[in-house]
Amino acid sequence: MTAARTPLYEEHVRLGAQMTNFSGWVMPLQYSSIREEHRAVREAVGLFDLSHMGELRITDENLVQRVVSRDMTRLRPGRIQYAVLCNNAGGIIDDVLVYAMPDGGYLLVVNAGNQDGDFDWVRGHAQGAGTVSNVGGDWALVGVQGPRAVGLVQRLTRAELGDVKYYAFVEGTVANVPCVISRTGYTGEDGFELFCGNADAVRLWRALLEEGQSDGIRPAGLGARDTLRLEAGMRLYGNDMDADTNPLEAGLEWTLNLDKDFIGRDAIIRARQQGLARQLVGFKMVDRSIARHGYRVVKDGEGVGTVTSGNVSFTLGYNIGMAYVPPAMAQPGTRLGVDVRGTVAAAEVVPLPFYKRPHPK
Amino acid sequence: MADLSGMRFAETHEWVKQEGETATVGITEYAQSQLGDVIYLELPAVGQQLDAGGRLGVIESVKAASDLYSPVGGEVTEANAELKDHPEYVNQDPYGKGWIIKLRAVKDNPKLLDQKAYDAFVEGQSH
Repeated sequence: MTAARTPLYEEHVRLGAQMTNFSGWVMPLQYSSIREEHRAVREAVGLFDLSHMGELRITDENLVQRVVSRDMTRLRPGRIQYAVLCNNAGGIIDDVLVYAMPDGGYLLVVNAGNQDGDFDWVRGHAQGAGTVSNVGGDWALVGVQGPRAVGLVQRLTRAELGDVKYYAFVEGTVANVPCVISRTGYTGEDGFELFCGNADAVRLWRALLEEGQSDGIRPAGLGARDTLRLEAGMRLYGNDMDADTNPLEAGLEWTLNLDKDFIGRDAIIRARQQGLARQLVGFKMVDRSIARHGYRVVKDGEGVGTVTSGNVSFTLGYNIGMAYVPPAMAQPGTRLGVDVRGTVAAAEVVPLPFYKRPHPK
Repeated sequence: MADLSGMRFAETHEWVKQEGETATVGITEYAQSQLGDVIYLELPAVGQQLDAGGRLGVIESVKAASDLYSPVGGEVTEANAELKDHPEYVNQDPYGKGWIIKLRAVKDNPKLLDQKAYDAFVEGQSH
C-alpha cells in the first residue's frame, strides 16, 4: 500500500522536509532539526500539518453518548472535550477530541491510524443509517502552536480570539480561508488547530508561514510533535496505551463519567473494584541515558514494568519517559531502574506533566 | 565544505583519518542526516581495544539508538569530551568538531572505501 499524501505534501518537499511513513501517511518528520523546531514551539510559534488526523461526523447524540467515555449532554455547542472510546472489556480503542457542533451534531477528531477502525466501531453501534460519516478525507488540519500563536492567528482573522477559550472553537476565516478555529493542541503550548477544506490548505499554510516570519515561525514535523507532547505528559495512542490498556491504568480517570452508560463502563468499574495491576507514571533519568519504548523497568533486579515513551526533554535539559509500573511503585520519588541495552540506569518517578507552560502575563 | 582528503569510509557510515600514529574516527554527513538530532553518545573508555568493524559504542538521536562501529582496529586514546555537553556537534560538523574517538596502534581495514566509492555506495542506498 502506498502511503497517502496530505494536501500539503508538496509544501513539505519544497521546504526540504525529511519525510516519513506514519500510520499510512507520508508526513514531515523534520524540516531542519527537531531540537530547533521544538524550541520554536516553546519560545515562538511552530506550524504543523496534522491533516493525517481523522474526523468522524456523528449526528445522533445517543450514539455519541454510547461510544465515548464522557457525558456529552454536558458539552455546550462550541466546546471540546478529550475522551476515550473503549471496547467491551474497557480497553482503549482510541483517544479523541469531541467537538459539539453548533448544528447539534458532533465531530470526533481521531488518530490517523485508527480512523477506519473507529469509523467501523461507531457505525457498528449506530441505530439506522446515515448517523456517522467518515469525513477525514475532506479536511486538512493545520496546527499553530506556541506563545506567539494566538497573536499570529489574530492578525489573520476578524474572529475575536480572546473570546475563544481553551478547548473551545469558532467558525470563521483565517487568511480568507473558511476554517474551524479550535483552541487545542498536542504540544503543551497555547495555540490553535485550524480545520479547512483540502483545496484551501496550501493557501492557509503559506499565509501563516509568511505572516509568522516576524514571530520566528518554523514549520515543525512529527519529531518535534512527539518530544513536545511527551514533555506535556500527553499520551500517544499505540505507544502509551492501546486496546489492552484501560483508562484507569493510563491515568485517564478524569475522562470518565462512570455515572453514564457507555461501552466499556462496566468493565472499567470492575477493574477499579479489583484494583489495578499497573499504572502509567512519568519518570526522569538520573544519568544521561535514554529510555525508549519497550525497555524493561526493573526494581531490585526484577522486571516490574515497561517503558512506553522516552526521550530527551529539550526544555528541561534531562531525559524523561513514561512507563507502566505496579501502583506500589507509582509514588513520585520512587527509585526505579531502566534496562538500557543490558545496563540498569537509575530513574525516578516524577509527577506528570513534566512541563507546564508559564501562565500568560 | 569540510576537508575530506585522506579520509576513508565504512559501509556502516563512519569515517577514519590517519595522521601519523593516530587515527581519528567520526560519522559521515549522510549518517548524521539520517540519525537527526544527536542527543547522547555512549563511548568506550581510554585504553580499550577495538577491532576493525567491531562495536565502538552507541549514538542516540531523538529518533533512535544506533550502534557505532570502529572502521579500524586499535587502542582508544581519547573520546571527544566536548560531545558530552554538545552532542549537536556531530550534526553541525561531523568531520570536524564532531569527531568521536582517537585510536593508536592502528590495525588497518582493507574493506574501507575512498570518498568516491563511499559516495557511490550512499547513492545506491538512497534509491
